[in-house]
Amino acid sequence: MTDHHGDIDSVTGKSTTGHEWDGIKELNTPLPRWWVISFYLTIIWAIGYWIVYPAWPLISSNTTGLLGYSTRASLAVELANLEALRGEKMAALAAAPLADIQKDPALLALARAKGRTVFGDNCAPCHGSGGAGAKGFPNLNDDDWLWGGTLEQIMQTIQFGARSGHAKTHEGQMLAFGKDGVLKPDEIVTVANYVRSLSGLSTGKGFDAAKGEKIFAENCVACHGDGGKGNPEMGAPNLTDKIWLYGSDEATLIETISQGRAGVMPAWEGRLDSATLKAMAVYVHSLGGGK
Amino acid sequence: MNKTVNPNELTSDDDYGPLYAARKKVYPQSVHGTFRRIKWGLMAFCLGVYYFLPFVRWNRGLGAPSQAVLIDLPNSRFYFFFIELWPQEVYYFTGLLIVAAVALFLMNSVGGRIWCGYLCPQTVWTDLFYAVERLVEGDRRERMKKDKSSDPMKLERISEIVLKHSIWLMIAWWTGGAWVLYFNDAPTLVKELVTFQAPMIAYIWIAILTATTYVLAGFMREQVCTYMCPWPRIQAALTDEWALNVTYRYDRGEKRTSVKKAAELRALGEHVGDCVDCYQCVAVCPTGIDIRNGPQMECIQCGLCIDACDNVMTKIGRPKRLIGYDNDINIQRRQEGKAPVYRIIRPRTVVYSAIIAVIGGFMIYTLATRSLLDVNVLHDRNPVAVKLSDGSIRNAYTVRLLNKSGYDRLVAIDADGPANLTTHVVGIDSVTPDRPMIVIPRDSTSELRLLVTAPAESNPEKSIPVRFHVTDIGLGEVATTTDNFVAP
Ligand code: SF4
Ligand code: SF4
Repeated sequence: MTDHHGDIDSVTGKSTTGHEWDGIKELNTPLPRWWVISFYLTIIWAIGYWIVYPAWPLISSNTTGLLGYSTRASLAVELANLEALRGEKMAALAAAPLADIQKDPALLALARAKGRTVFGDNCAPCHGSGGAGAKGFPNLNDDDWLWGGTLEQIMQTIQFGARSGHAKTHEGQMLAFGKDGVLKPDEIVTVANYVRSLSGLSTGKGFDAAKGEKIFAENCVACHGDGGKGNPEMGAPNLTDKIWLYGSDEATLIETISQGRAGVMPAWEGRLDSATLKAMAVYVHSLGGGK
Repeated sequence: MNKTVNPNELTSDDDYGPLYAARKKVYPQSVHGTFRRIKWGLMAFCLGVYYFLPFVRWNRGLGAPSQAVLIDLPNSRFYFFFIELWPQEVYYFTGLLIVAAVALFLMNSVGGRIWCGYLCPQTVWTDLFYAVERLVEGDRRERMKKDKSSDPMKLERISEIVLKHSIWLMIAWWTGGAWVLYFNDAPTLVKELVTFQAPMIAYIWIAILTATTYVLAGFMREQVCTYMCPWPRIQAALTDEWALNVTYRYDRGEKRTSVKKAAELRALGEHVGDCVDCYQCVAVCPTGIDIRNGPQMECIQCGLCIDACDNVMTKIGRPKRLIGYDNDINIQRRQEGKAPVYRIIRPRTVVYSAIIAVIGGFMIYTLATRSLLDVNVLHDRNPVAVKLSDGSIRNAYTVRLLNKSGYDRLVAIDADGPANLTTHVVGIDSVTPDRPMIVIPRDSTSELRLLVTAPAESNPEKSIPVRFHVTDIGLGEVATTTDNFVAP
């Protein structure tokens, strides 16, 4: 630092570094000692860090460091702490019967908060983050429930799913009347229009109501019930209301009747613990007020 | 003033010299007088409030904290005598901060840095620490002599130093201790602290504040004001030509001569100043400056040099206030033979006072009319509206009810708007007579999910305003808020 290069700047009387740009020379102004010392200390600190903490990437892993620290392990510890912190409350949730959760404001608030996050993680991809649903995926905010809207029914649907392959799952599907050759194309058009008339929608020209009713009675009543009021036992939707899972226009109805429908809801039992399942059921039930 | 500077004089910095200038220790002398008395009085008041306020009780009824001033962090409440603030009312603190800032401006335009000299905690505690130092080690001369003495430490000297630091540490410890008492019930916490049952965080805070008080008031002292505090820099920009700053009236003081010489020269009819160059003003200055050099950044405007000089003037039989609160305009005027003018009421001070009055008045008004029942409504965004099976439209809202009173309240909720709206609270079946009712426990909030439905035939417009009313069934108090009802 005290190298003078033998070149002294005439104005300041200081030595220069010998570097020159466009006739401007750089004065040799040493850094403050404390600054230099702290600079070297940070380098020593960095080397210490390499040794103590995981630092160097190797081909398939990395140096683990003397402390054996890993962010994953510390995350696990923190999560465990969090679980312990919530343990009591979640245990209360796991122990309480479904109906009681709704009666206890504290438990209800907990279940709704927990349910909301779990819903976001697991259900939102199909039902939307607010449970608004999409074509083929039911809106959970309304009052129409394919498999029933009581707390218990919702719980059951979440636990076992629909056509999920679980032993206790909801079964039943809309048959493919066209593909399987049960109904002829013109019959399908007729019954589609008949179904539209059930919920007060307009029907096409030359639609024969009597014929439609007959086809409906022969093929559809078994599932959708007399008058098309639906049957939650089989997940058969009510055809007289204003809510249509796949759409109510003629073309969509024809497609539904021809190809059949069998939407799948996965079973969540086994993937989520029982307290979480309950929280989810309570949350979904509260979205639209359930039944 | 405009003398040409030789370039060689600019290059005085020495590359290989010390990296910084060492601190010159200040040994302020004790002084008696008006400003010293004011300072003692303010110190007693400020420290008294700070140290004892947590022990003042205030009855708020059963189950509520009975501490007059309490910052209840776990429950997010702030108590100040009859005032209780909730987290959503933090704007009172914003208001308080604005008032405090403008009050500082006002002080500055009236009396310069009087905050620094009399009220700043750094000044107050440093002053207290100096008092202890003087008591234990003696006044200025003695302390200087003791520090300089190169004798091997005598037992007496060692015991003096130990005593001084012990008293300092005790004051510092009490300072940290009083701090934590503002965050918890004071008598309980004191008991817990003594029996080592208090939460760790309390001990940590006491340790931190003990250390900072000890170091800042015992060792850093005037260096805090000169090097660490931004306020001296800011106040220079805030002060104006009318502000009364501690000023050496050089029109009166110059030329300085000794007492004897002054008498001789005066007898000859020559003009001499009143300053006798006794250096008393320098000796008492806690920042170690010479006020006779004019206004300086280091000066904290404590007025002690005024007292010192006044004492000298009294002794030599000259009028007091050779140093006093004054401004340069008056020095100029006196030199021109005009009478000095003091102007406290100026546009600047009027504006500052008005701002304080308006904001303060508004805060007092809102505090006085603050409602103890409140409702906040948040419309569901996802989905905004839901069509029900019978064709009716439903909107969902998250409703937060606030009961800031000290008793449980039974409230009814209803929504009214142009369409024939019906209200339902999720989880509440009993609707009497036709609106949901709920109990909000005292001093707490309740969150509900409210479903509002418009019948299909009402055919609501895209967006209609809705008013939500929350009515206290017992007292008839109503809280209202508005939102929109949206159709798909
Ligand atoms: S110059 Fe006077 S007013 Fe300023 S800090 Fe010193 S003693 Fe106090
Ligand atoms: S105390 Fe007064 S008289 Fe003495 S030096 Fe200071 S200004 Fe002059």
